[in-house]
Amino acid sequence: MSTQTISKSSTWGGGNSPFKVSYGKLMMWIFLLSDAFTFSSLLIGYGAIRHKFDSTESFVEEVTPAALEAQGIPMDGNLVKFQFGSNLIEKFTPEVVAHAEVAHGAEAHADHTDYFIEKMREVGIFSETHWPSPDLVFNHFPGFGIFDFHGMHLPLIFVSLMTLILILSSVTMVLGVEAGQRMDKKAVGKWMFWTIIGGFAFLSCQAWEWVQFIGAGSLMDSNPFGPSTFAALFFGVTGFHGFHVFSGVVLNIIIYINVLRGTYEKRGHYEMVEKVGLYWHFVDLVWVFVFTFFYLI
Amino acid sequence: MSTATAHTDHHHKESFISKYVFSMDHKMISKQFLITGIVMGVIGMGMSIAFRLQLAYPDTSFPILEWLFGSKWAPDGRLDAGYYMALVTMHGTIMVFYVLTAGLSGTFANLLLPLQVGARDMASPFMNMLSYWFFFASSIVLLSSLFVETGPASGGWTIYPPLSALPKAMPGSGMGMTLWLVAIILFIASSLLGGINYVSTVLNMRTKGMSMTRLPLTVWALMLTAILGILSFPVLLGGGLLLLFDRGFGTSFYLSDIYLGSAGALEHTGGSPVLFQHLFWFLGHPEVYIIILPALGITSEIISINSRKPIFGYTAMVISLLGIAFLSFIVWGHHMFITGMNPLLGAVFLVTTLIIAVPSAVKTFNYLATLWRGNIRFTNAMMFAIGLVSFFISGGLTGIFLGNATLDIQLHDTYFVVGHFHIVMGCAAIFGMMAGIYHWFPKMFGRMLNKPLGYIHFWLTFISAYVVFFPMHFMGLAGVPRRYYAFTLLPEYGVWMDVNVVMTLAAILGGIAQIVFLYNFFSSIFIGKKATQNPWDANTLEWTTPVERIHGNWPGEIPTVYRWAYDYSNPAYDVDFMPQNIPDEGADVELFETTTPTEPETKDEPAKETANFFTLIKNWFKPRTV
Repeated sequence: MSTQTISKSSTWGGGNSPFKVSYGKLMMWIFLLSDAFTFSSLLIGYGAIRHKFDSTESFVEEVTPAALEAQGIPMDGNLVKFQFGSNLIEKFTPEVVAHAEVAHGAEAHADHTDYFIEKMREVGIFSETHWPSPDLVFNHFPGFGIFDFHGMHLPLIFVSLMTLILILSSVTMVLGVEAGQRMDKKAVGKWMFWTIIGGFAFLSCQAWEWVQFIGAGSLMDSNPFGPSTFAALFFGVTGFHGFHVFSGVVLNIIIYINVLRGTYEKRGHYEMVEKVGLYWHFVDLVWVFVFTFFYLI
Repeated sequence: MSTATAHTDHHHKESFISKYVFSMDHKMISKQFLITGIVMGVIGMGMSIAFRLQLAYPDTSFPILEWLFGSKWAPDGRLDAGYYMALVTMHGTIMVFYVLTAGLSGTFANLLLPLQVGARDMASPFMNMLSYWFFFASSIVLLSSLFVETGPASGGWTIYPPLSALPKAMPGSGMGMTLWLVAIILFIASSLLGGINYVSTVLNMRTKGMSMTRLPLTVWALMLTAILGILSFPVLLGGGLLLLFDRGFGTSFYLSDIYLGSAGALEHTGGSPVLFQHLFWFLGHPEVYIIILPALGITSEIISINSRKPIFGYTAMVISLLGIAFLSFIVWGHHMFITGMNPLLGAVFLVTTLIIAVPSAVKTFNYLATLWRGNIRFTNAMMFAIGLVSFFISGGLTGIFLGNATLDIQLHDTYFVVGHFHIVMGCAAIFGMMAGIYHWFPKMFGRMLNKPLGYIHFWLTFISAYVVFFPMHFMGLAGVPRRYYAFTLLPEYGVWMDVNVVMTLAAILGGIAQIVFLYNFFSSIFIGKKATQNPWDANTLEWTTPVERIHGNWPGEIPTVYRWAYDYSNPAYDVDFMPQNIPDEGADVELFETTTPTEPETKDEPAKETANFFTLIKNWFKPRTV
């Protein structure tokens, strides 16, 4: 009788873990794959609903200053200067700035917001039939926004800062994982700490942005900037992502405590840090998609 | 292997709670899934008999219905029309998700995956336990919706908006619908926890020599089922969340331009009910294969064992499973031909749908070729497996009708559809599940089921299933619509009255057959004949474990695998089967040097936690000592 081999190949032959991936890490990968489908379904839903509406761009192309004047809206000075194509309002109405200069501060904030939205609705940029341009909705920054006395039009600057913070927290997470491979407990702790700080900072920024948006009168079923589904999708998608970030921060804190207690030092490896790292990068990646689809496009 | 002996030496003190309730042993969890699935199945079947009574005898009073459902839902012994819809909805939900998804793949993935790949337990027994308890909680929530004032969800198991999105649309759209959604979200959590575990177990925990090409087909089928669930259920989760927002927060994801007689034009604008249908059927179609693939895997195994022949075309079987799994994701549009989709898109879905016939036919012909000139043993399990092949063929053929967009426009929402999916998905999967129960009952409970009762159960079920569902095709071709409470006001359908009576009587006969099975099942657990270690002369590893349930499955080392799972009637051996763990006599066994476990966590660690669920929680708060 010939020799009987029990294992055909070392990778998939059984008795080992293919590609030396532990089952825990494999489970995390599978979970993330599954979660990617959840987010995909939400973003596809977003796309399907958004494309039932005309965009502000298509509206702006129809509107010429002459058409505005015909509606009785004065075009003196630079009331609203459209840059056709990029659809940026370069300079906002001096009336709003003047209004803001009279009474600035938090108490006048809501008032200014209403005034701004009212003006925009007057010229037809915000309407129930047009998907609002995110540039015009998310154009404020703590202390520097159009509603504050500086009266600056800062489209998507704040959300870009949020994105930067989240990406930086992914960088610190990578450094933590790398330190774990060197078994450098102190460095792991340090980078985990900064990752947690980054997560909290992102969540705080998101809270601030939600407050601004809600303060302008937006809720799940109402939205002065345009169709109510814009607000509903914004709260739904960023909320679901924010929930993931929050869960990630909680997981990071648990792992951080374990790092400090030396659990992984005793165990001989920092694989748990790597696993939460995978999750954290995933949440970061999802935000890149949310940011792209929700704010940029 | 030192870890193995250390494991068996480890003495488990199992309390009642950790052994039977919060068990982390995969064999116990599989029994929990099975029993829960059986309970749900009895409820679902009871509902179907109740509404079949209504269809056959629309004007007759049945006091038992009033006794069962109360005078509100069945006044004077006649079903309320709204409650008829509720029963149809709940029957569909229970059967699709709770019996044929969790009850079938939950039971057999848990039982078979660790045993057949040669693992001591699942990759994560703790997650496995959570999976069951999420499922249990989900079942409780779903059943509790039967007792709310406005009745359970009643918009059909596909819960299309706007009926499901407007809480005031009809009584069943109220609290019952919310509970339905909560139950399904819990169910998705359960399915995810289980699925992640199943895939990891198969990929990572196979014993020495168990290469992917030596896996029994049950393992392949169950693993692909888990992958389908992992990728499709989250889409329903996303869709369900948006539906909950529509219901609770006044959003308009699925709602637009609705006029209600009572409330006038609604404020909802901007949404699309078709969006929900896309999201739902992106789950819904893979779900069909989540149901049938485990049954097909079980059938492959049982037909091969009882034909005493290797399965015909093992590689073709694996490739066709992979093909079905892949194709299932790109055919969902064939449920939506009449939504007004672009005809070009309809044609694409038509083509992908019909391509599924190819791998399905590969499987069918391989079953028949395996049976061909086999030394067939007509065990109970074998009868049910052959029954599955029968249903799979007769139901699959009508699928070719429905896959054609032009025909589907005529047949959509008629009894043709009901007949088609009950035969190909309902009956086939139930027969696969029954085959599995009859085959692995000795492994689960250490006793044999009563064989004569099994034959009675098979024949009654087989005949009654065909009598119930086959005439539906003719009704559908004649245009009889589904989901109608009564046809008394539609005289053109009056000719089907007698057929409806025959179908209902057959359904009652089928119900009686299940009582035979239930008696057989529950009595055999206690008084059945004691099983031997390998009652079916099978090759796979689960029959090398002791009859008594032990923790860790094998008392000594985990067996090594030397051959594939289908070495039946090999002329090289004296016996007609050769278990996977036995090397060729006199052959030098050459062990390919497998690398030492690089993963730092020891595989036996989860089993240690099994000792007590609560110590696990306590341990978490204590510093670990390794």
